[in-house]
Amino acid sequence: MKTSRRDFLKLGLAVSSALVPLPAIAQGAAPRVVVVGGGFAGASCARALHQAEPRIAVTLVEPNATFTACPFSNAVIAGLRELGAQQFTYERVAADGITLVRAAATGVDVAARSVSLADGARLAYDRLVLAPGIDIRWGALAGYDEAAAAQMPHAWRAGEQTLLLRRQLEAMDDGGLVVISAPANPFRCPPGPYERASLIAHYLKTKKPKSKLLVLDAKDAFSKQRLFQAAWAELYPGLLEWVPLSKGGAVTSVDVATRTLVTDFGRHQANVANIIPPQKAGRIADAAGVADRTGWCPIDPVTFESKLQPRIHVIGDAAIAGAMPKSAFAANSQAKTCAAAVATLLTGGTPSTPKLINTCYSLVAPDYGISVAGVYQPSPGGQLADVPGAGGVSPADAPRATRAAEAVLAEAWFRTITAEVFG
Amino acid sequence: MSRALVAAIGLASIAAAAAASAEPPAGAASCSGCHPASARVASPVPRLAGHDRAAIVRAMQEFRSGQRAGTVMDRIAKGFTDDEIQAIAAWFAAQK
Ligand SMILES: Cc1cc2nc3c(=O)[nH]c(=O)nc-3n(C[C@H](O)[C@H](O)[C@H](O)COP(=O)(O)OP(=O)(O)OC[C@H]3O[C@@H](n4cnc5c(N)ncnc54)[C@H](O)[C@@H]3O)c2cc1C
Ligand code: HEC
Repeated sequence: MKTSRRDFLKLGLAVSSALVPLPAIAQGAAPRVVVVGGGFAGASCARALHQAEPRIAVTLVEPNATFTACPFSNAVIAGLRELGAQQFTYERVAADGITLVRAAATGVDVAARSVSLADGARLAYDRLVLAPGIDIRWGALAGYDEAAAAQMPHAWRAGEQTLLLRRQLEAMDDGGLVVISAPANPFRCPPGPYERASLIAHYLKTKKPKSKLLVLDAKDAFSKQRLFQAAWAELYPGLLEWVPLSKGGAVTSVDVATRTLVTDFGRHQANVANIIPPQKAGRIADAAGVADRTGWCPIDPVTFESKLQPRIHVIGDAAIAGAMPKSAFAANSQAKTCAAAVATLLTGGTPSTPKLINTCYSLVAPDYGISVAGVYQPSPGGQLADVPGAGGVSPADAPRATRAAEAVLAEAWFRTITAEVFG
Repeated sequence: MSRALVAAIGLASIAAAAAASAEPPAGAASCSGCHPASARVASPVPRLAGHDRAAIVRAMQEFRSGQRAGTVMDRIAKGFTDDEIQAIAAWFAAQK
């Protein structure tokens, strides 16, 4: 690789500032921020904090050595991509000067301002950032527990579950019935179930064309609905059927032994069943007392500080972020906003009012992308609200060339964001 | 010296440094979700760091008014005021 003069200067700068000794006093008193969770939200926040103020001692707590990303995991399920393309390590994050602790956080002592780890160790903090993503609400759907997920995968946290669903589809005979159960709001990645349905339909159309795909939905409306439905009518007629809540879509229980999904209107016996179950904030949020009765975490929209506990900030899927959806894009955007606010608070300043962006691309087919975008700001009511007149979905009447361009932009987005978070 | 005093002096010296390093203006931190911050990322979406300030302002205003077509920038630019666009453009233009 050729190193340009500019790169060289940058490297030189980075090295020299790292070597300049801090005054002893500042060293002793460096404020400590602990970030729990090394996903899109947590890893972004740790890096942005360090960048904003290198003298803050940033510790990132994450039990896994490898992070497996959910965006584009639907393409893995459909056999269009390998799981390795979803996996990232924390080497570059550590190289920034962030202390990595490979452990799960198990508790928070709010009064003592410390986080406890699975091995009993404690980490003291001046400010704590919780970014644990989601946990499944096991048992909220009758019959669906951790053992059931080994037969009827959720694949809503990427990794072995993603591969299991893919293997089940590959093993299914042509002419089989695939059923997806989509949950009520709110949940991780609002367009995710419909992107998944699209790409599984693409797999069936090209590999097992006598098969059928049924989407049983606990809702009557979903993200980018008109665009998805128009594309389904064009690309997958007769193959993909969506059943809304009002037509009996809500799954009330599952029977693992017979792979049956039960609704108020009937029973569907599937050859492959994908249950996208009800969710809540990662369990450390409960342990820290920052989750409310909904299972998610109310926050201040300027600083992302918990409305329930002082000095604890919550970002990413775990947070109740008003109009912002639970997406990797939003998690990264919130992380940078939160990092700036935390750095300002730790140095005695007043955080300024932020503006945030979200964009979620979805693939309806490998060369057919659509998007939804939004711009957000704190509302007088203390929520993150849509900036009126901004955002929206891709045009309904766009030509196929635009859909192809958005599919290319979707992949570019994934490369860009994962490079910022892990690269 | 008391611990609290040590902490206060430490924070004060950090505060002075923080004032010197400009915090991104509202909205600017979200642009790098698509416009790569790093020159090492291959993307059809251009980097904004070091771009001409007036060119960024013009592009944003044209996306916002619909004068310039885009796949997504029209929807995003509509969320920003002239003042915000000016601040964001100045911030990116000042980067290397
Ligand atoms: C199929 C699918 C497709 C998707 N597609 C897109 C897309 O195209 N675009 C998009 O923007 N978003 C997409 N998403 C959503 C995106 O994956 C999430 O919104 C994003 O991962 C949220 O980031 P997070 O940091 O909050 O959580 P995560 O990324 O899940 O990270 C949480 C991290 O915290 C760690 N953790 C949890 N508890 C603890 C603990 N107690 N101690 C220490 N560490 C802990 C976990 O190990 C994990 O690494 C998709 C999701 C799915 C399921
Ligand atoms: C969701 C991805 C995304 C986000 C977020 C985004 N952009 Fe863009 N930007 C694009 C794309 C794609 C283009 C090309 C035009 C199009 O297709 O809309 C573009 C084009 C531009 C251009 C014109 C570049 C050129 O040289 O032609 C400017 C300037 C710009 N964006 C500024 C911004 C600013 C400022 C922000 C943050 C406030 C931002 N963008 C956020 C995707 C994004």
